[in-house]
Amino acid sequence: MTELIVISGKGGTGKTSIVASFAALAGSMALADCDVDAANLHLVVNPSVLRREAFSGGYLATVLADKCTACGKCEELCRFDAVSFDGPSGEMADKTYRIDPIACEGCGVCAYFCEHDAIDFSLAVNGQWFVSDTRYGPMVHARLGVGESNSGKLVSLVRSQAKKIAEQQGLDLILVDGPPGIGCPVIASVTGADVVLVVAEPSLSGFHDLKRAADLTRHFGIKTLLCVNKWDLNEDLAAAMEQWALRHSLQVAGRVRYDSAVTKAQVRRRPMVECSTTGVGKDIVDLWIAVCTAAELPRSVVDRKAVTAP
Amino acid sequence: MKIAIASGKGGTGKTTVATNLAYVASRHGRAVAYLDCDVEEPNGHIFLKPAIDRTDPVCVLVPQVAEEKCTGCGKCTEICQYGAILNFGKDTLIYRELCHSCGGCAMACPTNAIAEVLNEVGQRQTGAADGIAFAQGLLNVGEPQSPPVIKAVKSALPERALTIIDAPPGTSCPVIESVRGADFVLLVTEPTPFGLNDLDLAAQMTRALGLPLGVLINRSGRTDKPVRAYCKKNDIDVLGKIPDDRRIAEAYCRGEITCDIEPSYRKVYESLLSEIESRINGSD
Repeated sequence: MTELIVISGKGGTGKTSIVASFAALAGSMALADCDVDAANLHLVVNPSVLRREAFSGGYLATVLADKCTACGKCEELCRFDAVSFDGPSGEMADKTYRIDPIACEGCGVCAYFCEHDAIDFSLAVNGQWFVSDTRYGPMVHARLGVGESNSGKLVSLVRSQAKKIAEQQGLDLILVDGPPGIGCPVIASVTGADVVLVVAEPSLSGFHDLKRAADLTRHFGIKTLLCVNKWDLNEDLAAAMEQWALRHSLQVAGRVRYDSAVTKAQVRRRPMVECSTTGVGKDIVDLWIAVCTAAELPRSVVDRKAVTAP
Repeated sequence: MKIAIASGKGGTGKTTVATNLAYVASRHGRAVAYLDCDVEEPNGHIFLKPAIDRTDPVCVLVPQVAEEKCTGCGKCTEICQYGAILNFGKDTLIYRELCHSCGGCAMACPTNAIAEVLNEVGQRQTGAADGIAFAQGLLNVGEPQSPPVIKAVKSALPERALTIIDAPPGTSCPVIESVRGADFVLLVTEPTPFGLNDLDLAAQMTRALGLPLGVLINRSGRTDKPVRAYCKKNDIDVLGKIPDDRRIAEAYCRGEITCDIEPSYRKVYESLLSEIESRINGSD
């Protein structure tokens, strides 16, 4: 089984559009959406949710107003500025302390050191995750709660559930839509993966961000491929990025042109390759074949029924 | 006055809008600061081309165990919620990248065997670009936690009449750290299904933080209707729009500020800035 993660460094370079098209092209595949803060893949592959689970990534501290003596120890010890002296009156004090649930990092220091057992420290619900069916294969996806942390843990959970399903169903590919950036959720998405495809755009920003994303995959020793998306917006930069990639042991898997047909496909909620296999659609099919070759994917993944326009 | 530019979805034009706002305000002689809080992938410097005059390490506190004082009681492992410190007998393993610097292990250690030492997780740079005070952060590659670097960027410069905060994409901790304390959050969206989905998440986040917000539609065109309907339904003002113009995309690719090469756009940003400022002043 091969796990292929699509990342970008910079946001909005076209990761999800490319993943959706790959999903339509691939056989023997499970999908995972690891952009748990701002997931979009479901908008194109239209999953039917089979199973829905609460995600708990950590604990949350809450002051019990009736036990709080307003001693202020919690505020003194909290390193996250989450405690303020503006809670309601309780049995022990006219004014008590209050913990901002968004600022609380779930470290538990306040609860551990409270001499009056006045802080409840319980598992928090930070989001939801789903196992779904799509017309391309099973899918695991998630939604982090508004203002919640622990996105890295949720990403790891999504990946491990997708792996479990792929094993149960004997699937040969896990195709993962990754988050932007190079921080915690991206690290959780790429660690231990077999192959990473970086989708970059030919801008000075895109080039800068490609370098940082490639540094990250090198740091973790993961085989990395490059696709320059919207390459014709700046042909010279596209070429320079590919040259850079080759010098830094990335493989160049392909180029995809800039075409408003990609946005139109998104508005129709269809993968681009289902709308057209010429022009930009052909670029994506060619990219897919190059990725299959570079990632040494088995025939079961590559040989998908012919793609036809609806 | 602090204005944060955020989006939910990546690539909607946060940096374009943030740098152009700083540019037009500065041209009017205002004291402006630009803070690039996208410390994973900072791009504002590409457009503003600042002269960096100072680089400082950003450090967080991590535990260090004095083995001769450790009795192997395991209290540090018990209090740590992040699995960052594992004590077996007299051996203690520390995973610095998992540590959130809460200090719990050091406080819980009964023999004071744990000291907190500095660990570099990134850098903060400050400088100036054509009269705009500039600061950015750079998370070290391989470090997972960006909030400490964002915090360092936000405290880098003295308060100016106008501070523009360029936030990272998403809706979780790095974005929250970036927009916290802002007087207004401008959400930049694009009129696509992905843009709208993520605008909704970003608007919910902003409201959960209790911050005033408005929307700018970037690459505006024939598909604006659903975004406008969403904003109307949720009582969010659309403060401006920027048309889908290939000249902007090409200038962006070259690292140029739209208003610099296409002066016709100055009015768009000036009016956006005054829309935002009138809302901030109106709420005082």
